[in-house]
Amino acid sequence: MVERKIGWEPQGSHTLVGGEIQRVDGKVKASGQAKYTNDINTPGTLFAKLLTSPHAHAKLVLLNIEKAKGVKGVKSVLAIAKVGDEIQYEGWPIVAIAAERPEFAEDGLRAVEFKFEPLPHFVDGSDFKGAVEADVTVGGKPLKLTKSVGKSGQGDVEVALKEAKHVHRGTYGIHMITHMSMEPHGSHAAWDGENLNVALSTENVSGTSGQYVQPVGVDAMNVNIRCDFLGSGFGSKSTVDEWDVACAKLAKATGKPVRLMLSRTTEMQIGGNRPSAFAEVTVACDAEGNVTAWDSRHWGSNGLQGSIVDHDVTPYVFLPKTRQSVSTGIATNCSPERPWRAPHHPQACAYTQTALDDLAAKAGIDSLQFFQKNLNLTSLPHIYGPELEIAAKLIDWKGKWHPRGKGSGNGPVKRGVGVALHTWDGAANQSNVTLKVHSDGSVEVVTGSQDVGTGTRTCIAQVAADTFGVSMSTIKVSLGSNQFPKAGPSEGSSTIGGVTGPVRRTAQQALWKILDLVAAKYTVERTTLTARDGKVWLGEKEVCTWKQAATLVGPMGLELYGGPVTEDEGLTNHQVGGVQMAEVAVDTETGVIRIVKMVAVQDAGMIVNRLLARSQVYSGLIMGIAYSLSEERIMDNKTGRFINANLNDYKLPRIGDIGDLVVEFYEPESEYKRGVIGLSEPPVISTGAAISNAVANAVGVRVPVLPLTPKRVLDALKGAKG
Amino acid sequence: MERDEVNRVGAGFSRREFLKGSGAAVVAGAAATSAVEGPLEAQQPATKIISAEPHTIKLNVNGKDQNLTVEPRVLLIDALRNDLNLTGCKDVCDRSTCGACTVLIDGKPVYACTRFAIEVVGQKVVTAESLHSLEKTDDVVTAFCKYDAIQCGFCTPGFVMAVRGFCNQNPGATEDACRRALGGNICRCGIYDGVLKAAYDTAQIAQ
Ligand code: FES
Ligand code: FES
Repeated sequence: MVERKIGWEPQGSHTLVGGEIQRVDGKVKASGQAKYTNDINTPGTLFAKLLTSPHAHAKLVLLNIEKAKGVKGVKSVLAIAKVGDEIQYEGWPIVAIAAERPEFAEDGLRAVEFKFEPLPHFVDGSDFKGAVEADVTVGGKPLKLTKSVGKSGQGDVEVALKEAKHVHRGTYGIHMITHMSMEPHGSHAAWDGENLNVALSTENVSGTSGQYVQPVGVDAMNVNIRCDFLGSGFGSKSTVDEWDVACAKLAKATGKPVRLMLSRTTEMQIGGNRPSAFAEVTVACDAEGNVTAWDSRHWGSNGLQGSIVDHDVTPYVFLPKTRQSVSTGIATNCSPERPWRAPHHPQACAYTQTALDDLAAKAGIDSLQFFQKNLNLTSLPHIYGPELEIAAKLIDWKGKWHPRGKGSGNGPVKRGVGVALHTWDGAANQSNVTLKVHSDGSVEVVTGSQDVGTGTRTCIAQVAADTFGVSMSTIKVSLGSNQFPKAGPSEGSSTIGGVTGPVRRTAQQALWKILDLVAAKYTVERTTLTARDGKVWLGEKEVCTWKQAATLVGPMGLELYGGPVTEDEGLTNHQVGGVQMAEVAVDTETGVIRIVKMVAVQDAGMIVNRLLARSQVYSGLIMGIAYSLSEERIMDNKTGRFINANLNDYKLPRIGDIGDLVVEFYEPESEYKRGVIGLSEPPVISTGAAISNAVANAVGVRVPVLPLTPKRVLDALKGAKG
Repeated sequence: MERDEVNRVGAGFSRREFLKGSGAAVVAGAAATSAVEGPLEAQQPATKIISAEPHTIKLNVNGKDQNLTVEPRVLLIDALRNDLNLTGCKDVCDRSTCGACTVLIDGKPVYACTRFAIEVVGQKVVTAESLHSLEKTDDVVTAFCKYDAIQCGFCTPGFVMAVRGFCNQNPGATEDACRRALGGNICRCGIYDGVLKAAYDTAQIAQ
């Protein structure tokens, strides 16, 4: 008898789930045949461009769009801002123009007459004192830029610090970065009578139609959203933005389809930021290296809102019994924050675990031993413990670690290793699916979810094919439309759990129905039947083929609806732990850091697709290397501008900059049994602290602020020499 | 950051200089590619001035001649994307720095945003779309799928073309040579590990 219970098979018994299965849409993506929003060019499509503010804070005192209307090829000009508006950041949209060709739209923009009256601005979120003293007004009223956004704590920190054996004080920081999605934000809009058909570059296919209702004047039921392929978003693409509204309005005004994608510079300016964070930390331990107290004050900016990294992730992962932290947000004339992969965790990890590593050095304890010793202050010691051991072997910690700055070799290039660890919730989102088994045996799964690069289509097809015991090509997955069953946004690593849960449950239910039909027809005991290799089996005896079994559902097919997954079904879970180790080589004459090797050991519950899962971890490591070494949204307080808002000057690592990346999944039975947990956010979190710690180990001093540019490295070395 | 200086420099002039004035100066087709190979002094090709009005030109793309009417200022990337609907070459950086728009011109990888459409008349342009059909899939595409050198996939066709061009020119290349050659492309999602493995595989098959 085969037990009929919703859930995954025991570890090692799945045929496709857990395997290295190539992407079902890999060929169309690699050959450029996949159409992203940015590529949609239906007949008659007009191209729209935006005029944006060059000022961080200004009053718009003149705007004349009449001349632009007469420019050759221009079809419609829309003023988004109006005279008298107070512009609050660079990149603020002013005018949108739709024209027959993009060049004509640019000609049109050049014909717009405008004038700004600049107002005082403040854009440097690292400058606490400057923010207190800055003289910025909004609507003529003085604006207080700093505001307390929370504090937390327990125990008497002063007493604990007094009693401690080692106390370390330091200031740390991590600058603001931008999402820099390769496909910019934007949409293609076309009206068909009352219907508004939008291709939207979104991570939230099911949740965006309502956002058109009020600004465009359309009924939600008439808004059709599509996103077949998405050129990444990293958390920044879950809303309909004012430029998307402008696109729909231009389409209405012209009676033609219009495509409006942000230019690269505008994308970087207003497509989202990840807040900066700076912290003054005092941390203490006893003679054995047990951390006994944490005291911190952190500040930074997420742009206009003036908020900052949540104090409830401070300190990060390690929670000493006695601790307190206060946070102060700084409002800056910078476009607002949007969630950036693992919101707030990378920053909190960076200032917490570099400070802990400095304390370890002060106490004269090997960093790894220090982290291991304090795992009792974390919520996942049973995961971090074994992960640290695996990682240590993979990077040869024993062979490579040395007291700070005491590595072998007298040359200018110094090597070092560092460690850090992280956690992430990763609970499944609320997604619905329909699953249809046709009478020819082919299977369709439909959901209003999206593929942000994780491989949503592939994972769904894998789970369905595995459950029915058929090949991947038997399954067709449709997603990316708000006409499909509602699915949650791809935020916080929630998608793969969110969609595979209902697909598994619904496929199991469909299978059982079909097996019942087989049992009736072939007069065998229904609960002894199984499906694999395209056949239905009674033990080791073949009963019929899958195709024969499927005919029993009749010409209408078998269609089931699957609602969102809940954790008590055993299909999904939450909260993972991961550790990372870095080995770096630092040129102490030039300040240039080279990544030699990165090791990531990650728990993600049950892995659905090992090939794609590994890609997620590579991705985390590489984005981590980016913000650790070179990536920075450089805000110039004099001009108020994001001075490197282009891909030449906004430095991202290239293929030669990443070193040797080693990825290992920690998937013992205990974690496997938890089911699917989100994987995309965690591996980007501790990379910064691990690299910074490796650099400190190499050169003997802390370079306190990320990214660790050559200048910051040299400054730190100079500072250490006095 | 390592960059591919050899394979993917522009035609030796800046786009902005070209856009000055009412007409556009155009380098004769052959000079455009020789400029990338010759020494600096040799990169002073003869120019001719043509009017800013739209011109009807014939482009050879993916083995087919196609007529289109474009102003001289229209870049190859825009002609491919907007006039021929070949959107595998992506417009990402607007700076000739990311490689997302890489195509082959007479077999060599070139950023399509560094050429005017009218400049490549008489040359053979190949885009990523030609590397996969129901009948045939190019080795590069197969290798990218094998090593999952694909995430969101937006930068991927550019990488695919860079690899195709590099492997055509350097069959049997070492991993190090692949790494150096592919420094002209940026991926935000982080597919570099897969790209390197795919490139190495393809280079060995190309031998
Ligand atoms: S778009 Fe051509 S190199 Fe970036
Ligand atoms: S795969 Fe997304 S940018 Fe490269």
